[in-house]
Amino acid sequence: MAASDSTPVPIATVEAGETYLRTAYEHPWAVRFCHWLNTVSLLVMAASGLQIFRAFPSFGPKIPQRDLLNVPRSLTLGGWLGGALQWHMTFAWIYVATGVFYIAYQVLSRNYRQPLFVRKDLAGVWPMIRHYFFLGRKPAQTEVYNPLQKMAYTSAVLLGLLSVLTGIVLYNPVQFSLLAALMGGFHWARVWHFCILCALLLFVLGHLIMVILHGWNNFTSMLTGWKRNPDYLP
Amino acid sequence: MPGSLESAKSRSLNRRELLKLSPLLVVGAFAIPRVRDPLLTAGVSFTDWASAKWFRRNHLAPTFADSELTPLDKFYVNTYDVDDPDVDLEKWTLMVSGDVKRPGQYTLAQIQSLPKLTQNTRHICVEGWDVIGRFGGARIFDFLQYVGAKPDAKFLHVECADDYYESLDMASALHPQSLLCYEMYDQPLTRVHGAPLRLRVPTKIGYKQAKYLTSLRVTDVVPKPGYWEDQGYPAYYGL
Repeated sequence: MAASDSTPVPIATVEAGETYLRTAYEHPWAVRFCHWLNTVSLLVMAASGLQIFRAFPSFGPKIPQRDLLNVPRSLTLGGWLGGALQWHMTFAWIYVATGVFYIAYQVLSRNYRQPLFVRKDLAGVWPMIRHYFFLGRKPAQTEVYNPLQKMAYTSAVLLGLLSVLTGIVLYNPVQFSLLAALMGGFHWARVWHFCILCALLLFVLGHLIMVILHGWNNFTSMLTGWKRNPDYLP
Repeated sequence: MPGSLESAKSRSLNRRELLKLSPLLVVGAFAIPRVRDPLLTAGVSFTDWASAKWFRRNHLAPTFADSELTPLDKFYVNTYDVDDPDVDLEKWTLMVSGDVKRPGQYTLAQIQSLPKLTQNTRHICVEGWDVIGRFGGARIFDFLQYVGAKPDAKFLHVECADDYYESLDMASALHPQSLLCYEMYDQPLTRVHGAPLRLRVPTKIGYKQAKYLTSLRVTDVVPKPGYWEDQGYPAYYGL
């Protein structure tokens, strides 16, 4: 089934009348737990972050202030700057704890080989893009995730890490002055923090589109761990 | 897809796996206002605590060249209720009280007799904007020695002519860059910037830089940490 250096996925077969249903256990409990907890945290961080941004919706000087965009209140959380800060500072810890637990689990269980994008996946990226956008033939799938998926999931984790690092600099630019300098100072850290939010929202959008396209069986695998008759099984 | 036999075994398997996610329902506590508010307060307190933990007493805030200064007329003025609380600069004194050996009224001349520190540092507003300003004044550290403050007191509490009030944890107050500031851009403080005396603590967020100081108390307890803090902003907010 899978390439030699990728994680073997436990498979259950259930006899159903004349045929066998093959079901693969794709997502261990820890991964599913982190996925849904992070779904909540990311939503809270994004919505409260947008409310914080509303207090000064610009990356320029305060005088004269040129607003970049007007974030609709309906997309925000916290009601006012102080309330949004409370949500942001509380869920930041849940967001970080989830990330630490997720990475620790993936490394210790060696399950990281399932989503991690590595050099050998590079060759498979373009055929997948061609398939999605120009309706080329779908490349044969040999693993749980195709190379493009791995690229997306690995980027999402990196973006998560960067969102935390830029956030730390925004909160404590003096104590973390070295990290701040690396980002171009407090002012630029605020720009990066916002860009990372946009990139994460784009990831979520793409992710949702793909989940909808791939249907219920694919969706429930993130709830139960099990996926019926996945492509990569013989 | 034949479904008869599949149902029995795989459905119970799926249900079991789904139930394992039930701890996630705890997050639902944030949807109940009576539970949510103390949780968010605890979250902010924890953030304050962590921030105080990684505060380093002798780690200096970055300083900037004169060419990087925000011009004084581009230095935004944030006030609590009035831009100018009409302080009588001739008669002004700072009332010092609390855990100090020499409480009483201190004049600006007395504060100015202490060594002066002038630095270009970044002022950051909780709203997200920032400016680089030039601030001059006496170190809070020196002033507290001058008035004989109890060395292990926990807080500094200040009151202002415009009824604003603030507090600083002692570690931040004693930081070598923390000032009782009476000059900006090498000129005496203007009225809108807090004449005659304000706090300038480059390791703290903007709303802690109280203006128009009238009294300073050295204390171990601060029932009301600050005007904005009492509206829900973090009490520590170090930078």
